[in-house]
Amino acid sequence: MIPGQFDYHAPTTVQEAVQLLQEHGDEAKVLAGGHSLVPLMRLRLAAPSVLVDINRIPELRGINRTNGTVTIGATTTHATIERSEVLKRVLPMLPAAATVIGDPMVRNRGTFGGSLAHADPAGDWPAVALALNAEMRIVGPDGERTVPAGEFFVDLLTSAVEPGELLTHVSIPVPGGNVGMSYQKFGHPASGYAVTGVAAIVTLYENNYCLDCSIAITGAGTKATRATETENALRNQTLDEATMAQAAEQAGTGIDFLGDIYASEEYRQQLVKVYTKRALLAALHAANEGQSAEAQKTL
Amino acid sequence: MATTHPITVTVNGKTHHNEVEPRLLLVHYIRDTLGLTGTHIGCNTSQCGACTIILDGEAVKSCTLFAVQANGSEALTIEGLAHDGQLHPLQQGFWEEHGLQCGYCTPGMIMSAYDLLQHNPDPSEPEIRHALEGNLCRCTGYQNIVKSVQHAARLMKSESLPDQGYETQEGHRPALVEGPEAVPSS
Ligand SMILES: Cc1cc2nc3c(=O)[nH]c(=O)nc-3n(C[C@H](O)[C@H](O)[C@H](O)COP(=O)(O)OP(=O)(O)OC[C@H]3O[C@@H](n4cnc5c(N)ncnc54)[C@H](O)[C@@H]3O)c2cc1C
Ligand code: FES
Ligand code: FES
Repeated sequence: MIPGQFDYHAPTTVQEAVQLLQEHGDEAKVLAGGHSLVPLMRLRLAAPSVLVDINRIPELRGINRTNGTVTIGATTTHATIERSEVLKRVLPMLPAAATVIGDPMVRNRGTFGGSLAHADPAGDWPAVALALNAEMRIVGPDGERTVPAGEFFVDLLTSAVEPGELLTHVSIPVPGGNVGMSYQKFGHPASGYAVTGVAAIVTLYENNYCLDCSIAITGAGTKATRATETENALRNQTLDEATMAQAAEQAGTGIDFLGDIYASEEYRQQLVKVYTKRALLAALHAANEGQSAEAQKTL
Repeated sequence: MATTHPITVTVNGKTHHNEVEPRLLLVHYIRDTLGLTGTHIGCNTSQCGACTIILDGEAVKSCTLFAVQANGSEALTIEGLAHDGQLHPLQQGFWEEHGLQCGYCTPGMIMSAYDLLQHNPDPSEPEIRHALEGNLCRCTGYQNIVKSVQHAARLMKSESLPDQGYETQEGHRPALVEGPEAVPSS
C-alpha cells in the first residue's frame, strides 16, 4: 500500500535535525532504517506529515572505542554491528545478537538507534542494551541528556526519547575481568522477532564463582526487563547447571507478560525460564573459554 | 501537497534524473517510473523479499525505502545481471537446477544470493539458507534454490574471468563494456 503524503528533509547535522523536529512538533517523525516505520506507514498505522531522514548525518554512524567504552552511533546498521571486528573481540554479544535479527536485508538497513528508540517489545537490542548497562545520549531543543538503559524502556513501544528529540549515540562500558556473555533467542518462525530473547553476562572469579551477573529479557512482556531476582540469586555463588537452572525459575518476576495467537502468556513464562538458563550456560561457557581474554588485555 | 524532490539514481549502469514525491517507494520508482518490472512486489509488510535489489552494494527490500532515500545511489536490479545475452551464473544456476516454479520470488532470491556470493563466494548450505531467510518462496520448498546458488558459486569460481565484473566491491556492475575477451559470445 501507499503511505500518506509527507514532506521530506534530509539534514546533514544533528543540530539541523533537532531544529526540524522542533519546528514540526508532533507532525514530524525521525526516519532511520525505516524497517519499523515504513511498514507502519504503508499500513497507514503511522501517517507523519514530515519525515526527518537522519541517514545523511555522518556523526551518527559508526562504532568507536575509547578506553573502556564502546560508543555506537544511532544510525549504525545491524549489519555493521554483525561484522564489526572490534565488537567481536570486546562485546561479542552484540555481533552475535545482530546475526539473529530479521534477515540480511533488514540488517542492511535497520539501525541500532532506531530499534532502541522504537522500543518494540519483540526487538532484540533492548535486552542486549539493558544487560550491558548501556547509556543513551539524547539531543533535544534544550541540549543533551544521558539516560541509562534501565530508565530508557518505558512501556510498550515507548522509550525515553520524547517527540522533538533524537537518540544520537549509545555508550556501552566494556566489562572487565573474566567475563562471558551470550544472547539466546527463540525467534518467531515467520517474522524472526523475539518471542523471547535473553541476554546474560557473568563475571567470574576462580572456580566459577560469580562476582557479578546481569540478565535482561525481551519479547516475553511489554518491555525489556532485568531479571533482578535471578541476578541476586547467582551473585556470590558458584555457578553450575543446577544453580543456574534454579535461579532461572525466577527470571519472569517483574515481567508484564504478553500473549498472542502464536505464544500464550504461560508459554512465554516457560520460554523465559528455559532461555534464561540457556543464556547463562552459554555465558558461563564463554567465560571459561576466555571469551573476554582480548577485552581484559586491552583494558 | 507535499513538495517533490529531484533525485539522481544510477540503475544498472544508467543514470536517471527524476522529480519524485517523497512517499514514492523505491520499488514503485523502479517498476513504474523506470519501467523495470523484473523487481516484484509480493507483500505489504516487508517480509517476502520479492522486491530485493542491490543498493550501493547491499541487498535491500526496495519496498521499505522511499525513492528519495536512494538519491545519489547506485542500484542493480535483476535486469542488470545478464550481459549481451549471457546469463549471470546465478541465472544459469536457477535455470539448470530448477530453482523456480512460478518465478515470482526469483528476482528477489537471485539478488539476495548475489549479495551473499559477493561476501562469501563459497557458502555452505546452512549459510545459503541463513542468507535467504528474507526471501519467501511459495512453490519450490527451497531445496532447488539452494542447489541453484551452489551451482552459481561453482560457476563463478571456475570462470576465472577477473574483469567480467560479476562481483565488484561496490556490488554493481562496472561499465558494461569490458572488451570482447570478458564477454564470451554464445
Ligand atoms: C521483516 C522484518 C523482520 C524484523 N525482525 C526483527 C527481529 O528479529 N528483531 C528485531 O529486533 N527487529 C526486527 N525487525 C525490526 C528492525 O530491526 C528495525 O530496523 C528496527 O526495529 C527499527 O529500526 P529502524 O532503524 O529501521 O527505525 P525506523 O523504522 O526508521 O524508526 C522506528 C521508530 O523509531 C524512531 N526513531 C528511529 N531512530 C531514531 C533516533 N535516532 N532518535 C529518535 N527516534 C528515532 C522513528 O521515528 C520511528 O518512530 C524486523 C523488521 C522487519 C521488516
Ligand atoms: S514486497 Fe515483500 S518485502 Fe518488499
Ligand atoms: S517459484 Fe513461485 S514463489 Fe518461488
